[in-house]
Amino acid sequence: MNPVAPATAADAKPILELDGLAVSYFARAGEVPAVTGVSLALKRGESLGLVGESGCGKSTIALAIMRHMSGSGRIVNGTVRFGGRDMGGLDAEELRAIRGAGIAMVFQEPMSALNPSMTIGRQLVEVLTHHGMMAEHEARKRTAEVLADVKLPDVDRVAASYPHQLSGGQLQRVVIAMGLLARPAVLLLDEPTTSLDVTVEAGVIDLIAGLRQRYGTALVYISHNLGLIAQVCDRVAVMYAGEIVEQGPIADVFGRPRHPYTAALLRCIPVPDADKYQRPLAPIRGTVHLPQDRPPGCGFSTRCEHAVPGTCDRAPIPLEPTQDRADGLVRCVRWRELDLREKPLPPAAFERESTEEMLLTANELEKHYPVPGEGWRAVMGGERRWVKANQNLNFRVRRKQTLAIVGESGCGKTTFAKVLMGLESATGGQIVYQGVDLGALPVAKRDARLLRSLQMVFQNPDETLNPSYSVGTQVGRVVRKFGVERDAARVRGRVRQLLEMTRLPAAFRQRLPRQLSGGQKQRVAIARAFAGSPSVVVADEPVSALDVSVRAAITELLIDIQREHGTTLVMISHDLGLVRYIADRVVVMYLGQVMESGTADQVFAPPYHPYTEALLSAVPVADPTIARTRIVLEGEIPSATNPPKGCPFHTRCHRKLGDICVNVKPPEHRTGDGLHRIACHIPLPELERMEPVFRRGRPAAV
Amino acid sequence: MTAAPQEQTIAAGDEESRSRGLARLVRAIGLLRESRLAMLGVAIVLFWIVVAVFAPLLAPFSPTANIRPMQPLLSVAPNGGRFWLGTDHLGRDILSRLIYGARTVLIYAPLATLSAYAVGIMAGLLAGYRRGWIDEALSRLGDLVLAFPALVLYIVIISKFGASGFNIILAVTLASGPGIMRIVRGLVLDLSGRAYIAAAQLRGESALYVMLVEILPNCRGPIIVDACLRLGYVVVTIGTLGFLGLGLPPPNPDWGSMINETRQFALIFPYMVVSPCLAVSSLVLGLNLLADGLREISARD
Amino acid sequence: MGRLIVRRLFYLVVTMLLASVALFLLFELSPEAVVVNELGPYSTQEQRQIWLEQNGFNRPPHERYLAWLSRFAVGDLGHSRLFNVPVAQILATRLGNTAILAAFFFAALIPLSLSLGALAGMKEGSWLDRVISFICVLTASVPPFASTVLLSAILVFSLALLPGTSSMMDGFSYRELIMPVAVLVLYDFGYVARMTRASMAEVMMTPYVRTALLKGLPYRRVILSHALRNALIAPFTVIMLHVNWLVSGVIVVEFFFAFKGFGSLVLEASLAKDLHLLEACTMTTVVIAVCTQLAADIGYMFLNPRIRFK
Repeated sequence: MNPVAPATAADAKPILELDGLAVSYFARAGEVPAVTGVSLALKRGESLGLVGESGCGKSTIALAIMRHMSGSGRIVNGTVRFGGRDMGGLDAEELRAIRGAGIAMVFQEPMSALNPSMTIGRQLVEVLTHHGMMAEHEARKRTAEVLADVKLPDVDRVAASYPHQLSGGQLQRVVIAMGLLARPAVLLLDEPTTSLDVTVEAGVIDLIAGLRQRYGTALVYISHNLGLIAQVCDRVAVMYAGEIVEQGPIADVFGRPRHPYTAALLRCIPVPDADKYQRPLAPIRGTVHLPQDRPPGCGFSTRCEHAVPGTCDRAPIPLEPTQDRADGLVRCVRWRELDLREKPLPPAAFERESTEEMLLTANELEKHYPVPGEGWRAVMGGERRWVKANQNLNFRVRRKQTLAIVGESGCGKTTFAKVLMGLESATGGQIVYQGVDLGALPVAKRDARLLRSLQMVFQNPDETLNPSYSVGTQVGRVVRKFGVERDAARVRGRVRQLLEMTRLPAAFRQRLPRQLSGGQKQRVAIARAFAGSPSVVVADEPVSALDVSVRAAITELLIDIQREHGTTLVMISHDLGLVRYIADRVVVMYLGQVMESGTADQVFAPPYHPYTEALLSAVPVADPTIARTRIVLEGEIPSATNPPKGCPFHTRCHRKLGDICVNVKPPEHRTGDGLHRIACHIPLPELERMEPVFRRGRPAAV
Repeated sequence: MTAAPQEQTIAAGDEESRSRGLARLVRAIGLLRESRLAMLGVAIVLFWIVVAVFAPLLAPFSPTANIRPMQPLLSVAPNGGRFWLGTDHLGRDILSRLIYGARTVLIYAPLATLSAYAVGIMAGLLAGYRRGWIDEALSRLGDLVLAFPALVLYIVIISKFGASGFNIILAVTLASGPGIMRIVRGLVLDLSGRAYIAAAQLRGESALYVMLVEILPNCRGPIIVDACLRLGYVVVTIGTLGFLGLGLPPPNPDWGSMINETRQFALIFPYMVVSPCLAVSSLVLGLNLLADGLREISARD
Repeated sequence: MGRLIVRRLFYLVVTMLLASVALFLLFELSPEAVVVNELGPYSTQEQRQIWLEQNGFNRPPHERYLAWLSRFAVGDLGHSRLFNVPVAQILATRLGNTAILAAFFFAALIPLSLSLGALAGMKEGSWLDRVISFICVLTASVPPFASTVLLSAILVFSLALLPGTSSMMDGFSYRELIMPVAVLVLYDFGYVARMTRASMAEVMMTPYVRTALLKGLPYRRVILSHALRNALIAPFTVIMLHVNWLVSGVIVVEFFFAFKGFGSLVLEASLAKDLHLLEACTMTTVVIAVCTQLAADIGYMFLNPRIRFK
């Protein structure tokens, strides 16, 4: 991994240099500094990761390099040099010559980055023709070559397509091809895989690493995901509050962080070989400050465990070289005295819950949706097509445990949650809770007791609370509705208790949702879900929209409350790292069907289902001491409307046997205590011979 | 820049809750202050409201008294007062008629708009939240009404039932209701996918509660903007009906009828028609500017 | 595509049927109003009775409706009492006149409003945007009935530049078309320009325009081939659906300028309660509405590849 481009004398000079770059936005309230004095140097062919949580200014840097500031943004200080020339001194025409040809940029959300009413081919060709690099027909040839380089099948068809005709993964490849087309010296990638599924993301990451070598392009890779940065980059710059706080080679920075923020970030993400009992996450206290409220001195001082008042929060802190490693830099006054190596924590203060009582049992559960008919023929009846969102779901959940349902988009995990909650009705099978078949009981027919005992935490923090009412009103309504308390004063008291339980100040009762940050909203949503002391809480991707450090805090909060209340948690997620961390039992789904299920230990160790194996290997890992098997799946996830026959995974499976996988539904192997199930044609003994995906030890080169 | 709200932004105290609704209104007007055009809109609308409310105090003459015909601007009245805007062909003081005309339009236009909203919002909520056949039936019915040009609808209704304030309200409700329903329905379709709606369903709230308490308040931004525009349009409609001779029966002063009655004298006495034209245009301009300002605010929020 | 057209046509028939029933219920169920209108308020009860019998009003309503419908279905629109000619004849003449008016209206409206709107939306918040936007609000605030009067006062009475009526008594005259078209365009271009501006401003904010700029395309090229193409989809639909609005607009203008078009025909028919004529007029408006909707849908499909290539 991370091959370093061959160093020659010419390469020693940086191609891109940022010197004291400062960018501010000018709002009604006045100047809002987004980036304050960032200096960076990027050599030819090098790849640099820019990592930080939202609001730290990393995207602003990319746009400032391109000198494309939105209406209110302005570069207030510093210079950007490209190939030795100051970008600030260029006129519009010179700048245009560099954009796209010298420095190119790849954005997140490829669908919106492409013009919907122009074919892919034309959007690519015009890059070359308008830079005067070549004539139309040559440009077309080059375009086809580059599209083939990004491993798109059927290049001519892709070039003739409009963006909406391609999938997200394909579009991301198109956008990367567009960036590379003019063979720029520098490619800026801003969260290029954020909207993609994990297995598709793994393919794109591999592609980027491969192309970088082939094209010799220098990369600036911007991401909030430390694991992805670790896979793509040689060096990393960690940003906090508009400045770089630490910089250096990946293995050094992530292996032995010198800045408390870097160390704290690493303690916020789960490692793939440990769970909540072995290595609890350590959230960072407090929240990121708004640019206008940043503390003096070290921006991180208010949240830092090691901050010393009077030392850290006085004067601005310089970025100092760390002598013991190559071009390492750190911005911390105490870095010499601190030992930030992760200490083995005392084992978790709580025991694994081990009840035998089954709380939820899914039995051949099935949910099919009719495809919305087109035209009057469909309205009249006649042929009907179905989306098989859930097929033959079988699993059981014990009281007080955490069941995780994991899978990529279209796997039917959210549909299952809706059926369980009664927002949809099952079309077959049962899901039994305390003798009641929930699949046949829509929410309108559930009695208050049942409603109270089954509650839900939703994915998007911005849509989970009603923007018109205060936090207190919304939580209080649940308290009253479920008859926990009726008297106004006691309702208020109960709301205060609930806010306290989710570690929110009591004064937040008065706040409207838009006065809360994403993490705070999610805390209120958790308070609301637990207001009636439910016995089952379904959490649908509760942390996927949050920042790394907030993610850890909310995850820990959920675990704590669950334990205090003895609640059963059904966690729905696409994030295997999180699932590994939190779950006692795991169900892996693909296109509406269960591929594998069992306890977490069973699912995360061989024998794997090939899909589980691929999912695990796609989990981005920041820890440089963990080696893993790399499996990159071909192609895209098929549409759930028209899933493949036989084994649904056969179109992408790296261990496909042959026609049997295409035509015959796979049998279910049972291992362990009979509760570990794998639906696969590969004989069990062969599956048992698989290597574990993750191995601890020295980083292995692939 | 996405700005994550901070704990320091607002010091929320217990005493704040009572006056919060009022505070929000004051803040909205405060935001409007930043746009000079929006403030001009507010000023124009307020001006006409004041004129309408205090019409009996402001009008120098009775709007229906035939005093002295065809007096030019600023001419002296028999009682020593002045016809600031002259008199019409029947000797009525134009200024007084203008002032009372504001009353007419500012009573019927808001009433008609309100009534159209009552119908449109209910239908939109039902169609958007219930979906299925209710949605289908209401939407088709709305399409049917919208297939008629609005003015044709007004003319047919007024010529059938006669010109009266009530019939104008009825006609506006019928003609505008479907458009409002479409807007509300679209908003509801969007909002009902939100998690807080699912949360309300999961605690067993009734459909009526979800529609009125959980969904409707969150539609208020676009609805208020649309209402301002629509109010302006209703003012135009009432004027147009008067202009076509289908307005409120005389001698009730109404701006459209004033133009219609005097337009044959426009060649010789242009002031007779110009002042009501300016009056109606300024009121509509005020409402449009206000709507623009409100739209900007709600886009910023 | 074919399916869409069939569905629209089916829908057209249903709408026309419902509309005709509604009109029938409104007017024919109370023939008294018609007869009073016809014979005057001082006619005797006896005279009215005879008139009603002669005109077939004494048959049960559903029979009368079906009789009207069966004639209408084969293209017999009946006889206009007001003009004492077949409805089809007067309707055709009047529609033709209004079509000419509409053609000039759109010929002036489309280039004016689209170019102003695109200019304003290109740089949201610039002084050009503010000036254009204010002009648009201002002109859109003057109702057609007011602008007919004001414009006439200036151009016709004070300056005597243009004729004050458009009755075309001495044959077709372009000069007589100027005032009606000007009034309509003045009221409407602001609305369309503002729609265009909003659409353009939205497109200018999209990531794909940013992509186009950052891949080093000249600004002109970004505007012309990336932004405009997408920004004009919404205004196109608006303009198509404006045909329906225009029918309302022409009523006022034709009334004021004594233009013998479809708008004044609708007004005259309803004031005179000339039932056959009114039925035919309303049916015509429904046909216009549904057909322009269809044309807007088809045009939208052609402009928007997302729908063209499913």
